[in-house]
Amino acid sequence: MGSLFILGAEGPTEFVDIAGWFLENAWIIPALPAISFVIILFFGKKLPYKGAEIGITAVGLAFILSVLTAGQWMNQVDNAHGSEGGHGEEAALVLVDDDIELASAEADSEAAAFFAEEGEEGHSVVGRNAVVERFTWWENGGVEFKVGIMVDGLTVMMLFVVTLISLLVHIYSTDYVDGDRRYTHYFAFLSLFTASMLFFVLSENVLQMIVGWELVGVCSFALIGHWWEEKPNSDAALKAFLTNRVGDMGLLIGMIILFWSANSWSIIDINEAAIGHDIGHTTLFIASLCLTAAVMSKSGQFVLHTWLPDAMAGPTPVSALIHAATMVVAGIYMVARLYGVFWEGYSIAGSSFNILALVGSVTLVGAGLLAFVQDDIKKVLAYSTVSQLGYMCMALGVGAWTAAVFHLFTHAFFKAGLFLGAGSVSHSVHSFDMKTHMGGMRKFMPKTFATFMICTIALMGLPPLAGFWSKDEILVGTGGWGFFGGTSANGSYTFALVMGIIGAALTCAYMTRVIYLTFFGEWRGAEHMHHDDHGDGHDDDHGHAHEPHESGPRILIPLYILSFMAIVAGFFNLPPGFITGSEEGWQERFFHYVEPVSSYFPAIKHGVPSYSLAIFATIVALLGAFASYYYFFVRVNRQSPAATELANGLTSTNKVARAGHTVLKEKYYLDHLYTDIIAGGTKGPVADAAYWTNQNVIDETVNQVGRTAVSTATFVYETIDQKLVDGAVNLSGSASEGLGEVSRSALQRGKVQQYAAIMFIAATVIAGLLMVFI
Amino acid sequence: MLLVQFLLLSAVLFCIGVYGVLARRNGVMVLMSIELILNAVNINFVAFGAFNGTVTGEVFALFVIAIAAAEVGVGLAIVLLIFRNKRSVDLSDVDLMKG
Amino acid sequence: MVAQNIFFGIMAAIMIWAALRVVTTKNVVHAALWLVIVLAGVAGQFLLLGAEFVGVTQILVYIGAVVVLFLFGIMLTRASMGEDENVNLPNRIVPATVGVLLFGLMAFATIDYWRDAELPKDGSPTTVEAVSDSIFSDFIVPFEATSVLLLAALIGAIVVARKE
Repeated sequence: MGSLFILGAEGPTEFVDIAGWFLENAWIIPALPAISFVIILFFGKKLPYKGAEIGITAVGLAFILSVLTAGQWMNQVDNAHGSEGGHGEEAALVLVDDDIELASAEADSEAAAFFAEEGEEGHSVVGRNAVVERFTWWENGGVEFKVGIMVDGLTVMMLFVVTLISLLVHIYSTDYVDGDRRYTHYFAFLSLFTASMLFFVLSENVLQMIVGWELVGVCSFALIGHWWEEKPNSDAALKAFLTNRVGDMGLLIGMIILFWSANSWSIIDINEAAIGHDIGHTTLFIASLCLTAAVMSKSGQFVLHTWLPDAMAGPTPVSALIHAATMVVAGIYMVARLYGVFWEGYSIAGSSFNILALVGSVTLVGAGLLAFVQDDIKKVLAYSTVSQLGYMCMALGVGAWTAAVFHLFTHAFFKAGLFLGAGSVSHSVHSFDMKTHMGGMRKFMPKTFATFMICTIALMGLPPLAGFWSKDEILVGTGGWGFFGGTSANGSYTFALVMGIIGAALTCAYMTRVIYLTFFGEWRGAEHMHHDDHGDGHDDDHGHAHEPHESGPRILIPLYILSFMAIVAGFFNLPPGFITGSEEGWQERFFHYVEPVSSYFPAIKHGVPSYSLAIFATIVALLGAFASYYYFFVRVNRQSPAATELANGLTSTNKVARAGHTVLKEKYYLDHLYTDIIAGGTKGPVADAAYWTNQNVIDETVNQVGRTAVSTATFVYETIDQKLVDGAVNLSGSASEGLGEVSRSALQRGKVQQYAAIMFIAATVIAGLLMVFI
Repeated sequence: MLLVQFLLLSAVLFCIGVYGVLARRNGVMVLMSIELILNAVNINFVAFGAFNGTVTGEVFALFVIAIAAAEVGVGLAIVLLIFRNKRSVDLSDVDLMKG
Repeated sequence: MVAQNIFFGIMAAIMIWAALRVVTTKNVVHAALWLVIVLAGVAGQFLLLGAEFVGVTQILVYIGAVVVLFLFGIMLTRASMGEDENVNLPNRIVPATVGVLLFGLMAFATIDYWRDAELPKDGSPTTVEAVSDSIFSDFIVPFEATSVLLLAALIGAIVVARKE
């Protein structure tokens, strides 16, 4: 009875099943690009457009289907709302009455208050069951492994974003990688990448999520290493893959813990078990920690973010796809999908600190600082992505679910626009280096400049463009704004609020720098134009103008669409009562359609937006922008239009500033930590020790032992303690070397059958011993 | 019928196979001896399956047959490669692993 | 019962003799042909045990495919068709000792433990249906894994054996 009641109290009382052809057959959406992948792979080269047309058709159809699916979902939600609208307050009243019987009265009265509030706002509390279609894939030992789709508001939103961005990237790519030596291969993997992400998004159970997660990783590996002939590119691909493996361990362990404790793979079952307290709190906490590690690697959170900037080695459209719609948002999506687990595991409500929020906020500021010192425009954008993902992670950590997902939504458009814009610039100057090849580009590429500016302002979070609305919601959701008429968010995460505002100012400042270095001042690329080395590696066959030129329509049209979305996307979730003062109507549409009201979603509370917070955050952000503006547009420009920094700036005169700059340039030395200290250290002593044991105990190649022992000894000798180990190791080294020499001449003769004979004799002896003694 | 008679037959085939693996020089003949060993194992599987009245033994015998086919394929490919490089399938010539 | 035991005895004797010839004959082609007899005998034993499907598969896969593969291998490695003194290692005492010791051990162990175990007398042959039910329910994962293994072996064999 108890658990039933708690479930009833935290979720709505009535559930409406939502159905519809497009919702139930959403599996077609990932199937289309998957089929296109196979067709392109096998027949692509023989087709007139080398496979691009198949990819575009498939993703285009998938996009249309996604729009129809989204439309059907919205329609069904409205129907549910309309027919049951009157029940709102009734339900809340019933819940309040039931409070007496509930175990944790406090939490539940909160929930009841939430529902009452919701009722006033005109939102229905009628639950909406997700559309779930599944069948048993296989069964083993009584456990059924299902495969299927789960469609709810979050899913249709992701389907829309992924297919739209992917479609635009496809169109853009036909121009951008035109004439590439692996053009067909490129489009095949683009299709597979899209299919994997869509498959991941539609997952009905966590097992499917793991499969989709890994598929996305594999595709990113293939695409980052698209120009693998150059060593740095294949290194970057490997780095991306291996760094992700670290987090994948966390994912696997976390999912297995959840499976054993909820006894189901289904996302809905796991969330319901977590919310209904059927799983112990400690178990949930450990699972959340493991999954957070997965998010850190996939979504590029501090300290596992190092692969993400290197992943810029791939073609620019791929970067746009990875950074905006696929891959990196997989981590965020996973948290959003399993929010019940994180909600309970981290006890997000009523708290003021948790690890998810900490990771997010540290990433937000840390990556924002790193973006300052990058000269490569794509790397600035990469760190910017890391920083914005930090926002989302932080928002999820503080309980602002809708804000996080909404930021994912808006960020996808303007960040894709920025990447594609950067690609457009680099396409004409054949480099990504802002300091050596760019500057003054607005004269040559006015259209790219315009779209880039729109997306930049959206990213900066200045009203009224998209970024402002989602950023503001996140700041509200932290609940840290206690000074000016507090907000009723889930906890009081003041540190998150402070970091969020600092991050906004940083974003403004580094984006102003990018704008200046790329589009203003004087073009610095003239001397490189004749002997440039195609920073991109792709073969450019259209005639070399001596000046940069505007890109063609296949590049510009995606930019127009994305900048249009960067303007309007924010209006999908205006705060209630904004402008019109009315509670009904067109505010909070995004929240209304996307946030699940169901038994698998925790009863989170929503902060009340505050004008004072919005104005304050905007002023701080503008201060950041103006500081950067003053430095670059006024002082640097006065020094010389072609200059990229002040000749006698702070870093050259102030020791502390220079040290800080160096630390940032070296990316906090994290790469050194990983490759030199951790990997090098492990490769040295641990591997040596394992090798030593193996060779000494098992194998006949005992002669290796002496050498390895000596090398192990050398390591220990040099690093840990000279005096303790010295004598012993030398002794054992020379002893085993002697033994090895003897056995080498007698046993190690390379005769396969001699080895086999020894093996069989040994087996006989062991079997005999077993028989005698057991 | 007694179970033990099948087990003994299997043991005989197994040991003949072991002898073949150890005593033959020709790579192809070593592979044939390995087939003897695998068949001996299969007899055991099926005999125990019949003894216990389940089909599990037979299923495993089928798996072994499938895997043996794969093993012969790869094994002969390796022998061919050795032959191409050394103009001989004599395993005593293949001692690159010599210490 | 008696008929079955007599049948078993005859078949076992032929198989053991053929197996010995496989490992002792100096003619590579003969070895392969002796192997056919052993494999056919194994199939016969399967039938005797009521495992009809496995017996048929044994004939199809081993005699039909594996032996042909061996004959191709013999042909491609240009083995001499007649007697070849070079097929055995000079030292055959160690292998023989290992074989005999191993057999002694196994024989002792099996007789010691299974001396009186009788096979079920009324055992009717298992049906293909039962085998397939088992494969596609309990052993679906190993089955799928085997398919991957076969594919890997196929690709591996091609990669290893093809001419550059």
